[in-house]
Amino acid sequence: MSDLWGGLSQAFWLVVMLDPDLVEITLRSLRVTLTALAIASAIALPLAALLAVRRFRMRRATIAVLNALMGLPPVVVGLIVYVFLSRAGPFGVLGLLFTPSAMVIAQVIIIVPLVASIAHQSLRELWSDYHDLLISMNTTQGQRIRALLWDGRRALLTAALAGFGRAIGEVGAIMVVGGNIDHATRVLTTAIALETGKGEFAMALGLGFVLIGMAIAVNLAIHWIGHTERGGRW
Amino acid sequence: MQMFPLTVEQGMVRRRGKVLVGPVDLKLEGQGTTIVVGPNGAGKTSLLKMLHGVVRLNEGRLNWACPREEAEKRQAFVFQMPVMMRRSVVENIAYPLRLIGVPRKEARARAADWARRIDLGDALERQAVLLSGGERQKLALARALIREPDVLFLDEPCASLDGRATREIEEILTEAARGGTRLIMSTHNMGQAQRLADEVILVIGGRIHEFSPAADFFAGPQTPQGAAFLRGDIVE
Repeated sequence: MSDLWGGLSQAFWLVVMLDPDLVEITLRSLRVTLTALAIASAIALPLAALLAVRRFRMRRATIAVLNALMGLPPVVVGLIVYVFLSRAGPFGVLGLLFTPSAMVIAQVIIIVPLVASIAHQSLRELWSDYHDLLISMNTTQGQRIRALLWDGRRALLTAALAGFGRAIGEVGAIMVVGGNIDHATRVLTTAIALETGKGEFAMALGLGFVLIGMAIAVNLAIHWIGHTERGGRW
Repeated sequence: MQMFPLTVEQGMVRRRGKVLVGPVDLKLEGQGTTIVVGPNGAGKTSLLKMLHGVVRLNEGRLNWACPREEAEKRQAFVFQMPVMMRRSVVENIAYPLRLIGVPRKEARARAADWARRIDLGDALERQAVLLSGGERQKLALARALIREPDVLFLDEPCASLDGRATREIEEILTEAARGGTRLIMSTHNMGQAQRLADEVILVIGGRIHEFSPAADFFAGPQTPQGAAFLRGDIVE
């Protein structure tokens, strides 16, 4: 119990004093995760719309695989990315291992299936509403996808937030490919793992509270932007 | 290029082995308003969708006088349950124009003009999904007419609307018909059929039982089913 209190007060002082190390790793956490989220959304959302609109032979199989991949174990993803990026691996020449870029790559792989699956669920419903109308209006495939993405943007926001939540709290993969190097690849979650390992529970808890607070703040901010955008209905 | 006549030869639509329409032989000429009547589940909607091309024929042929792609661009469809896109009223109406590449500003201006004609001029920026039933149907009508189609299909556009909304919609339709739009519409309302029809198609059990000029049909149907239907008997 005293650890909890110690953690709380530690978190409080870390935030109030704007501890430079804390600020650095927090910003790195945000930068890595938001970059990964942007890339993953750019891949997953159009994919989700395409899966909703288009009937092709492997469609069911693709959806089933996507759903299964939602539960992808991060450590395994990290391991695979590690193998690909290591000196001896196919992309070793790029020298990406133990850089924030490697962490972004791993996170993109982890959250693309999640974002695509959730987005597909809601876009499928929207498409069943729109189907007759858009077919009747003689729309092209691209126009249908654009209409779904635009009109379904609120639901897509939820999908993106789920992806953000998974990525910001993820530790296994980025520990493996990032290496938790101080001032280079250390982020909130890997720092928490490190402090816990050292037995510095108050510090670990303090960082944990900062992480939770940041996740809530980002979610609130995005919802707030979404609501003020237009009338607050969709 | 001339779209009509539209000819259907032995057209048939099936779903899961059940025949929805057909076999149907039909030849529609380019003038006037055609009203499709018949009991529930007779295949009126399927017939309209088949003619419009959103439902493909399983058998038979359907030919416009012009190439198919061109015909598809020159027609529109108003559904029984109007589909509201999750956008504002003006963007809903402007959407068909945006699809064919009309610049946003011009499309919105033309849509706003249409919105005024259907008494939604004050609700331009309101979300379309918040409209009432009658307003939705009028919006759907404006959205269908904004590209000035040569043919407009309507599937019971006034079902579940009250008298005033029905009258407003009929006014828009009459005006469109005067402007040269070919209307092909199904209805349950015999009064409406009499007000609008130039010719009548009676559909029972997926087949066309009667296809005659409106005056003749209402004066005296050729088939016993037609007569029974006009009397208000239950026809199956």
